[in-house]
Amino acid sequence: MDPARRQALRTGSGMTLLALVAAAGWLRPEEAAAQAWNKSAFDTKSVDDTVKALGGSAPAQSKDITFVATPDIAENGAVVPVSIVSNVPNTQAIAILIEKNPNTLAAVFDIPAGTDPAISTRVKMAQTSNVYALVKADGKFHVAAKEIKVTLGGCGG
Amino acid sequence: MPDPMKIRANHSGDTTEVKVLMNHEMETGQRKDSQGKVIPAWFIQTVTATCNGKTVLSAQWGPAVAKNPFLSFKFKGGAKGDKVQIAWVDNRGEKRMDEATIA
Repeated sequence: MDPARRQALRTGSGMTLLALVAAAGWLRPEEAAAQAWNKSAFDTKSVDDTVKALGGSAPAQSKDITFVATPDIAENGAVVPVSIVSNVPNTQAIAILIEKNPNTLAAVFDIPAGTDPAISTRVKMAQTSNVYALVKADGKFHVAAKEIKVTLGGCGG
Repeated sequence: MPDPMKIRANHSGDTTEVKVLMNHEMETGQRKDSQGKVIPAWFIQTVTATCNGKTVLSAQWGPAVAKNPFLSFKFKGGAKGDKVQIAWVDNRGEKRMDEATIA
């Protein structure tokens, strides 16, 4: 059973032309390729390996990447708000890396032209760790780190 | 059928700010149940946001994104009344797409 079809049926007449156009665009082959989940990168267990798996090497420390509204101490590791703003020109992607999680990479955001290189989300942290914001701009990698102390871990029981 | 997302999109100046709250367990695959069996991983892998047919953000997530994920971002363009669509696919192949009108 195709869940998209189920949804289309359920949404029924409420489906606008715009949604249909977007749904059609959704199936373009280049879109599908862009949507492939980078398993090897998400399996990595160290910051260096993650950078390598994302196609970079030796990222430069950058002061143009800042953490905003990100706590120094997280009481609950299961919900740690992280906001990253990149002022590196031509930012193409922002990744969140958590050094001491079982798998380092938490998320990768592709920033198309016209979208602000700033994202906010919430992540899980197993323990106190450095969190890295890895930014890809003009094919080069830049990184900034921030230590977040966790008083209660978010992984494991 | 996964639960719907809550999406809010506000336009001010020349940018549109989008805030999304998704409903998903985001199980890591690290936890064990009371019998000591590993609870299999179940998490959103890809997220795509589009406005007027143009992709404004795409993301790949691992299980380290928190349960019931929150996401916020801004993009240039969009106008009041336009629609923003957010779609995700999880590692079981389940999908969900919701849309909101820019206010």
